[in-house]
Amino acid sequence: MNITLRVWRQRSSGDEGRMVTYQVEDVSPDMSFLEMLDVLNEKLTLAGEEPIAFDHDCREGICGACGVVIDGVAHGPETTTTCQLHMRSFDDGDTITVEPWRAKAFPVVKDLVVDRSSFDRIIQAGGYISAPTGSAPDAHATPVPKADADRAFDAATCIGCGACVAACPNASGMLFTAAKVTHLGSVPQGQPERDARVVQMLNQHDEEEFGGCTNIGECAAVCPKGIPLDTISQLNRDLLGSLATGSAE
Amino acid sequence: MALKSAMAVTGAILVLFLIAHMYGNLLVFGGREAFDDYSHHLRELGEPMLPHGGFLWIMRVVLLASVLVHAYAAVALWRRAARARPAGQRYAVRRSAQSPARRYATQTMRWGGIIIVLFVVYHLLHLTTNHIAPGGASNSPYERVVNGFSIWWVVLSYTVAVLVIGYHLWHGIWSALATLGANRASRERALRTISTAIATIITVGFLIPPFSVLFGLVS
Amino acid sequence: MAELYIEGDPIRDEKAPEGPIEERWDKRRFSAKLVNPANRRKLSVIIVGTGLAGASAAATLGEAGYNVKSFCYQDSPRRAHSIAAQGGINAAKNYRNDGDSIYRLFYDTVKGGDFRSRESNVHRLSQVSVEIIDQCVAQGVPFAREYGGLLDNRSFGGVQVSRTFYARGQTGQQLLVGAYQALERQVAAGTVEMNTRHEMLELVVVDGRARGIIARDMVTGEIETHFADAVVLASGGYGNVFYLSTNAMGCNVTASWRAHRKGALFANPCYTQIHPTCIPVSGDYQSKLTLMSESLRNDGRIWVPKEGGDQRDPREIPEEERDYYLERRYPAFGNLVPRDIASRAAKNVCDEGRGVGPGGLGVYLDFADAIKRMGRPAVEAKYGNLFDMYQRITGENPYEVPMRIYPAVHYTMGGLWVDYDLQSTIPGLFVTGEANFSDHGANRLGASALMQGLADGYFVLPNTINDYLADGPFETLDENTPEAREAADAVRDRIDTLLSINGDRTVDSFHKELGQIMWDYCGMERTEEGLRKALDSVRELRAEFWRSVRVLGSNDELNQALEKAGRVADFLELAELMCIDALHRRESCGGHFRAESQTEDGEALRDDENFSYVAAWQFSGAGQAPVLRKEDLNYEYVEMKQRSYK
Ligand SMILES: Cc1cc2nc3c(=O)[nH]c(=O)nc-3n(C[C@H](O)[C@H](O)[C@H](O)COP(=O)(O)OP(=O)(O)OC[C@H]3O[C@@H](n4cnc5c(N)ncnc54)[C@H](O)[C@@H]3O)c2cc1C
Ligand code: HEM
Ligand code: HEM
Ligand code: SF4
Ligand code: F3S
Ligand code: FES
Repeated sequence: MNITLRVWRQRSSGDEGRMVTYQVEDVSPDMSFLEMLDVLNEKLTLAGEEPIAFDHDCREGICGACGVVIDGVAHGPETTTTCQLHMRSFDDGDTITVEPWRAKAFPVVKDLVVDRSSFDRIIQAGGYISAPTGSAPDAHATPVPKADADRAFDAATCIGCGACVAACPNASGMLFTAAKVTHLGSVPQGQPERDARVVQMLNQHDEEEFGGCTNIGECAAVCPKGIPLDTISQLNRDLLGSLATGSAE
Repeated sequence: MALKSAMAVTGAILVLFLIAHMYGNLLVFGGREAFDDYSHHLRELGEPMLPHGGFLWIMRVVLLASVLVHAYAAVALWRRAARARPAGQRYAVRRSAQSPARRYATQTMRWGGIIIVLFVVYHLLHLTTNHIAPGGASNSPYERVVNGFSIWWVVLSYTVAVLVIGYHLWHGIWSALATLGANRASRERALRTISTAIATIITVGFLIPPFSVLFGLVS
Repeated sequence: MAELYIEGDPIRDEKAPEGPIEERWDKRRFSAKLVNPANRRKLSVIIVGTGLAGASAAATLGEAGYNVKSFCYQDSPRRAHSIAAQGGINAAKNYRNDGDSIYRLFYDTVKGGDFRSRESNVHRLSQVSVEIIDQCVAQGVPFAREYGGLLDNRSFGGVQVSRTFYARGQTGQQLLVGAYQALERQVAAGTVEMNTRHEMLELVVVDGRARGIIARDMVTGEIETHFADAVVLASGGYGNVFYLSTNAMGCNVTASWRAHRKGALFANPCYTQIHPTCIPVSGDYQSKLTLMSESLRNDGRIWVPKEGGDQRDPREIPEEERDYYLERRYPAFGNLVPRDIASRAAKNVCDEGRGVGPGGLGVYLDFADAIKRMGRPAVEAKYGNLFDMYQRITGENPYEVPMRIYPAVHYTMGGLWVDYDLQSTIPGLFVTGEANFSDHGANRLGASALMQGLADGYFVLPNTINDYLADGPFETLDENTPEAREAADAVRDRIDTLLSINGDRTVDSFHKELGQIMWDYCGMERTEEGLRKALDSVRELRAEFWRSVRVLGSNDELNQALEKAGRVADFLELAELMCIDALHRRESCGGHFRAESQTEDGEALRDDENFSYVAAWQFSGAGQAPVLRKEDLNYEYVEMKQRSYK
């Protein structure tokens, strides 16, 4: 199939970017979206034009490195990561618009590559359980009800890709933050730091200039890992709880 | 963070007022007496503990405060969102991964809110102070209502406003519940249904009196 | 063969304690020098890599109070390749009361490694495995649990006990996120300085000690010099030398190779593991291969048409025209033979021209019988997510049409040579995780790489590196130290060269060609003739690379082609060493199968008499014959036996 691509090109964070149109011919429906970009990049290189920069690593949907907005939807038309999207989801002759994640907290580094280190800083603010190596009791010392373990797991599947931010009309990082709060708050080991965690992580979230959440739900609709929207409500519950006990601020 | 909770709480107060007000409005079907009594009664409520009209004033203060806090929070969130994705960083193409109707409701919250406030001002000038009196002024609230809603464009303006409110609440009630921590996976559907139901009831409830007047069911 | 390499002095692991095997680790911990907590702040450690091995080490050393500088090439430490591991992690917890023990895990691992690993190391790994699970649970890692609230286990990779802990199909992710969080906690505490999007391009050795690295800031292109009292490489494996593999796209050998060029020995480079159940290549645009859990072989039946070139729809090929070759050749184990055997058998039938799918590189993995026997719902419950993944990638519905699978490169057992302390032959340079060679011998058992990475990072290194650091802090250095300046200049020169060639071939085209050579001749089955041919081709390709590669753009920006070019350049050198290693090891063992050394039934035939050693290679200059240093392997506890799966 033949595809027309409109791709955001931007040399560096300081530069103005713009949309550039490319034709990609003989695209196989079995190609992944990123492989299609690889093919285009090979062609561009041989033609003397710099290849398009995009983040990726595992190409199996687990590292969270990849991610672009395709025709206005984060990660494109299927609910999966960009690397797991295949060209058979498009039709011959389609024009596809490809843009980077857009948010103040995710400045563009180059072309489709953005800087997501704000997520790391949210984790630094409290997205962990303090358990210095060697201090752990036997793993079976504290049983964890299966329901809690499953809930923790569902939230823990977040790959930190940032699609939630890209899709949120407020550019809020609430789903990512809530996923971590819910994961760690659902296991007994996470209880001692629970009240402080939610407050610290939210403060950092706000400091990174993510928008506020107004429960729109686009985030969960594009999340490739299906992080449930109710984690945000869980975060709000934890927050109200910590405000009530006065442990906040 | 506190912004969001304030928004939810004030939003909830406003919703409660709307429900009460809607019930009051439906009393037009009880005829002039019932409606005027009700209006009169509002002013006597709490007497003699409160001076005449005391309850009404307390209510007005609470409402006004709620609207102000609500609007303040809304503007603050709006500005944060604008900063979080500044001009020049907008998408060239935007499409929703969710149902377009729901998406529309979420996207009109801010402008919708402003329309609501403008409407309330207009509405107060019309039915409370009677400065605007299409169809003729009157001392009887019942008459003001009937006079006003006999005119098609008054009904139309109220209809538009009420629909905007319905949209605002469709997302607003759901959002308030989520913000207050009520949402869990098992309940998400139920909460969505509740917010849809309340929003629909309020919308329809408010629309009944004007149309009844227009079509002469009440005169 | 003498022209290919020079045999040098043997080498010995000086740090491994003597005595009863269960006491050796305690003994070493006791004899290692300690560093006073107040002095740790003054000591700095560079850790390259934030996978399981690197993140766990950085977090632990940070907690201990050392000054840690951590590096990774991704935009976040959480994205290290360890995240992709699916199956699980072994630990000798014996929570099942099924006869497991530290000793049994030790025994299985030595045997699984086909007697090419060190007993002392493997025993320590088994000991420490128990603590890993405790540690991870305390961090909140959501392992699978049973209704009683206790941890679930499964049996994995053909062992007879249930000792594999798992978190659905994403064990690696959950373990890595645990380590990442611990690491970020230390970043917040100020003990770890995190440098993301930084690629180590050179090692700085001063007065014979590893004292720092040269790293490129991948966003600005700045060439930075970082110093420390010790350097740890936790930079992962080099499976991407084959271009197509299950590894992440960025996995590379650069960190290890640069250290090798500076004097660190590279051990057993030819030991690679090929995983039998991957989704086959669908076209020449293919960029990587996706692993599917081996558990599929429990119920799926593997076959190819009896006749080559059979183009019929597989469902129309009658039973008697199918060859269930594994069941035919290995009646006892059938479809469940170990990874290396299943892989080689698939290759053989494809080489005979009986492969299926695009390019004839694939065999059927058929669930029709399983669906008939168990019913579709049961198959769905057991394998649903794998079937979905297959369908997403191939666009075919495996409930209707048989899946196609093919082997793919998965793991590299070889790596930098380290002693019992995980120290390489360069003092102050430590190597952990997949980047070192230590624990898996010639073949790694399933679920043991995660175990090794975390054992190294949480428990082993933090207890051995102090023995070295106790002599520090070493002399303060700055960018003008001649060795550092020289290293940085070398890096700049190389980058300039790559950018200035401006030839007519892309980096990827070289990488693909290299991968094809290695896969054909240094892959599942190796012959003297093939390896010699590969050596010639690799050398030719390397020369062509430096003549006609085209890398556009400049250094002072994010330049992904430049990054790749540097990595491929190092792969081109590594490939030569792999071929030489494979050529010199004329026996078959584990993942290394030399066609010349097989039993009558076509199984790997070890030659313990002549090859029971670790081949540690020393760099002796570009284009020069490397020096082979042998470390003898002795087995006091596990009796050496030939494997049989008939
Ligand atoms: C698909 C798949 C499934 C697997 N499943 C299992 C399983 O179920 N059980 C099991 O035990 N094992 C499994 N393995 C193997 C296991 O995942 C790896 O061996 C292990 O995770 C390696 O960890 P590591 O910490 O040594 O290296 P990695 O996780 O590879 O980390 C390497 C780190 O080094 C950094 N780095 C590399 N080069 C440089 C450089 N030049 N400069 C700066 N930084 C650099 C990278 O950024 C990264 O942070 C699997 C492997 C694959 C591919
Ligand atoms: C000044 C005018 C108004 C503006 C700008 C405004 C704006 C908003 C916005 C942006 C939200 C979404 C916030 C969120 O989802 O969390 C919201 C929620 C809400 N609004 Fe309004 N609104 C206004 C007036 C009103 C009025 C008059 C009512 C009552 C009739 C009302 C009821 C609600 C309710 C119940 C919510 C849900 C609260 C929540 O989400 O937490 N709003 N409003
Ligand atoms: C279409 C249906 C409506 C009718 C028939 C109606 C009717 C009235 C009447 C008759 C009064 C005057 C009561 C009195 O002075 O005693 C009144 C007051 C008021 N209405 Fe409405 N109303 C309608 C819709 C709304 C809506 C949608 C809102 C809010 C968004 C609203 C907000 C108010 C307010 C704030 C007051 C003033 C209360 C006070 O402080 O006295 N009304 N309405
Ligand atoms: S919550 Fe979902 S969309 Fe957001 S970062 Fe995590 S995985 Fe990505
Ligand atoms: S889309 Fe945005 S507004 Fe909240 S619910 Fe999701 S973060
Ligand atoms: S490349 Fe790892 S998730 Fe897409």
